[in-house]
Amino acid sequence: MQDAIGPDQFFQRALAEGEILLPKCDDCGAYHFFPRVLCPHCHGAAISWKQAGGKGRVHTTTVVRRKPERGGDYNVCVVELDEGVRMMSRVEGIAPGEVVIDMPVTAFVGEAEGVPAVLFKPSEG
Amino acid sequence: MTTELRGKSAIVGTGHAGFGEAHGLTAYDVMAQSALAALGDAGLNLSDVDGLFCTMMEDSMPALMAAEYLGIQPRFIDGTMSGGSSFVNYLTSATMALDAGLCDVALIVYGSNQRTASGRLVTASRPPAYEAPYNPRYPISAYAMAAARHMHEYGTTREQLADVAVAARAWAQRNPEAFERGPLTREDVLGARMVGDPLTVRDCCLVTDGGGAIVMVHADRARDFPKAPVYVLGSAAESSHRQISQMKDFTVTAARASGARAFAAAGVTPADIQAVELYDAFTINTILFLEDLGFCAKGEGGAFVEGGRIAPGGVLPVNTNGGGLSCVHPGMYGIFTVIEAARQIRGDAPGIQLKDIDLALAHGNGGVLSSQVTAILGSQNTL
Ligand SMILES: [Zn+2]
Repeated sequence: MQDAIGPDQFFQRALAEGEILLPKCDDCGAYHFFPRVLCPHCHGAAISWKQAGGKGRVHTTTVVRRKPERGGDYNVCVVELDEGVRMMSRVEGIAPGEVVIDMPVTAFVGEAEGVPAVLFKPSEG
Repeated sequence: MTTELRGKSAIVGTGHAGFGEAHGLTAYDVMAQSALAALGDAGLNLSDVDGLFCTMMEDSMPALMAAEYLGIQPRFIDGTMSGGSSFVNYLTSATMALDAGLCDVALIVYGSNQRTASGRLVTASRPPAYEAPYNPRYPISAYAMAAARHMHEYGTTREQLADVAVAARAWAQRNPEAFERGPLTREDVLGARMVGDPLTVRDCCLVTDGGGAIVMVHADRARDFPKAPVYVLGSAAESSHRQISQMKDFTVTAARASGARAFAAAGVTPADIQAVELYDAFTINTILFLEDLGFCAKGEGGAFVEGGRIAPGGVLPVNTNGGGLSCVHPGMYGIFTVIEAARQIRGDAPGIQLKDIDLALAHGNGGVLSSQVTAILGSQNTL
């Protein structure tokens, strides 16, 4: 069992390979996030992994104000994916203050604090 | 708490210490000074305490550390850590323990030296794993995102948020115990340094030192003490999440459930409450809790607080000591909502003393709008 991995490690390993996988309950069919050993909706323990569609909307957002010499202001937001799950993240490619609630965004795998992370950019068109 | 526990316990002593800056003192020193003040108020000694209800921002077993420091050997302890709401939550466990005979004198106590120790807002825990990489600034980023969503859904304005801070300051200006008593206008709040949009530094609670303590006994002997007893008529809790990204509706807190149960246990309604003490870590909190506790409808909190309506002389007295925004905020503020509510009922509030207060509400918030605990306190007349 030394190579057994739990849901957190499974998610992180896929992320390191550039893939965003979401846990989906076999019993009730609902997605959840963050990954865990049971479904928080129906409490079933049979969970499968599905490729995330990558589309979502900004549910809420803030700008963390930081002195320019320490890197300047940055965005922190909560995105709701089309699969119905929410995650904290940030929108890149536009000024942090231009991120607005309900803005359509697309996920990509980038880096945050030196680790692979799900990030978002404004959706095209 | 259920109706069977209504009025079964009473607060017979309150105390505090180290408000503002407690130079040279540790958090446990401030805790102990607060305990002595509350016991003195009740005419009791530390050796009378056999129930201890405590958590601190320091170390992993704070209730044990506090008991050791105080030189007591309690037969009942509760160190449940639900953030700043913990101390309102202890009203329930203390009432249960007193009513079951598990202890006779319950001491609820807290202390912090976070201002002089570090000069910044210390949080008791590391950010959760699925949020930490994005560097949210805790706790403000969480409350900022709740405020942003409330503004988006209900048209709540930054001016209305600012008016919460202005009202808190107006109460604090009349309270000699309050830390910030200088003038504060809506324009001052709006023009202050932005720290996490849409919140400026004046939308945020103070960072101070300070401690507080409450002594409780069973109602059967509550009239044997120097001060008029303040009875716990109802208290109830509900927790909804730990990480802000997991909050289901950013505009509705678990205070809706905790409030409804506390009111049901006490057998009163929001219209009966004469003084409201809310955990105002940020200006959005006051608006959310006024809505969720039923003082106004969802989405109307902004209009409810606008233009001095919760300030002295307004329609509803809210945070009559100046709150966490202007009186004191030593890391966790919850215990001070109970202390101010009790003092308003006893008639010895440090600042503006409202007239003939029989019913007051204290509401604690913990984590990032995660844990909500509501308590309704009453005078002898309400039994
Ligand atoms: Zn399920």
